[in-house]
Amino acid sequence: MANKVIYAVYDDPEQLKDGARKLVSGGLKVKDVYSPFPVHGIDPIIGITRTRLGIVSFMFGITGAALAVLGIWYFNIFDWPMNIGGKPSFHYYQNVPSFIPVTFEFTVLCAAHGMALTYLIRNKTLPGMPARNPDPRTTDDKFIIEVRTADNHGRSTQEIEGLLQGTGMVEFNERAC
Amino acid sequence: MNFTISKRARTLSMALVVLGALATVAGVIGDHSDHHQRTWSALLVNGFFFLGIGLGALFFYALQNATETAWSVLVKRVYEGIMAWIPVGAIVMIVVLAAGSLHLHHIYHWMDASLYDKASPNYDEIMAGKKAFLNQPFFWIRSLVYLGTFVLFARWFRKKSLEMDGLTGESLVRTHLLTYRRGALFLVFFAVFSSTLAWDWLMSIDAHWFSTLYGWYVFSGMWVSAMVTGVVMVLYLKRKGYLPQVSNSHIHDMGKWVFAISFLWTYLYFSQFMLIWYSNIPEEVTYFQQRINDHPWLTWTTFAINFALPMVLLMSRDAKRNPRFLIGVGAAIFIGHWLDVNMMVMPGAAGHDFHHGIGLLDAGMFTLFLGLFITVVFNALAKAPLTPVNHPFLEESVHHQI
Repeated sequence: MANKVIYAVYDDPEQLKDGARKLVSGGLKVKDVYSPFPVHGIDPIIGITRTRLGIVSFMFGITGAALAVLGIWYFNIFDWPMNIGGKPSFHYYQNVPSFIPVTFEFTVLCAAHGMALTYLIRNKTLPGMPARNPDPRTTDDKFIIEVRTADNHGRSTQEIEGLLQGTGMVEFNERAC
Repeated sequence: MNFTISKRARTLSMALVVLGALATVAGVIGDHSDHHQRTWSALLVNGFFFLGIGLGALFFYALQNATETAWSVLVKRVYEGIMAWIPVGAIVMIVVLAAGSLHLHHIYHWMDASLYDKASPNYDEIMAGKKAFLNQPFFWIRSLVYLGTFVLFARWFRKKSLEMDGLTGESLVRTHLLTYRRGALFLVFFAVFSSTLAWDWLMSIDAHWFSTLYGWYVFSGMWVSAMVTGVVMVLYLKRKGYLPQVSNSHIHDMGKWVFAISFLWTYLYFSQFMLIWYSNIPEEVTYFQQRINDHPWLTWTTFAINFALPMVLLMSRDAKRNPRFLIGVGAAIFIGHWLDVNMMVMPGAAGHDFHHGIGLLDAGMFTLFLGLFITVVFNALAKAPLTPVNHPFLEESVHHQI
């Protein structure tokens, strides 16, 4: 049997949530949901685990702070001791208050850019990447649940369509994949 | 559901008051400073710290009204409870300031009339130059205007909040819009008063010294103390089975406030320090010499508790959703900001009498004030339903989820 991908199209995010709940309680695995705006509370229904973007951001921040400290130490203390208000500049710690703002800014720069880039790469939405959206209407006023038969062995498309009957679904499309 | 103070809480706060009073008396007997300057300074520290919590809560409450914030509606009664301390704190402040005016203590050096007398050997040109602002009549007008404004606004907000419990429909919305406008109005007053009260009551202790950032620094300390008090109070009430609709999401948001305002405090504290350190002008830098050189341990402990502790421990989402953890960190930050007020007041006000740092007198007075504070706040909480009965955003707050 050829694997199929199913798109259940909805008009309303609440009805979409009902549909997703029905599928999951019927033992099916929902691949993804496409919507024009974030649908509140859909993540736990279709079993999306919590994002690890915060951890990534933290690591980029730590990296930025370390790079800043290293750079400042090399430029302003080791290579060319910078005269800051006539204070002693033989060691990093003697001038550390004046380095804090730069360190902070570089930490934020690295954390923010690193987080944004990671997000775009993980989503495969860097500028120029081909759009993977199955239906352009989900950027306007339609909501789509995507289910793959490959993820749900032994479940026919008819059975899935049957589960979704009466949840306000407006279209049921299937495609070979 | 109405809050009833448990027997244990009553005994405990009573014990705090008694213990604190005993320690305070012992501390006062052991205080051999001139004019009991050390005792008066401790009274100013605790009077201001706890009044600051009330003011921080009032500010936050007005902010929630002015921004029409929905999630915090469920916990607004807790902030109203904390605001009930403001009149008591105001009386303590008036006592301390009046004692200064009557020359019972010399915390406010500038109140000495001989400084402005050209014939006197005490004549101080710098102080004479500040006389247009720092003179007793104007000082008292300002102080009474601040305290009066705070007491009136706090009472008004509380009154309207209780009134809304009995309203529905059109009249509820009308009252809500009224509190929304009054909230914004209060913020305008507070924007000015939070800075000027810090100049008057705290910065004028070191009357020769000044810092333009000082007002914000003091304000951020008050704000974060109020946020900590609020979240610890809510967690206590939840553990006792009250506020059943307050969910992890509300706790998380309150934890975020503690985290965020800790950084605001750090930012302002460090900005003030760095500019003074960098330029190294004698009349400015003496302020930090009196603190960092004379009390290095106290300075760095305060900074570590108020900055490093929340940064490391409250960064993760799980930490902000863990009640036990949040209570522990919150208690530490609470003490940290009390230490911070000590560092604002003591080196200038008590000078050499603060040589040994925090002692029995300070700890005793803190305990006494904490006991009284808990008693006053709990009594205010017990007077009205803990969960507001009616509010246009109540439903939205109940369903708050992040």
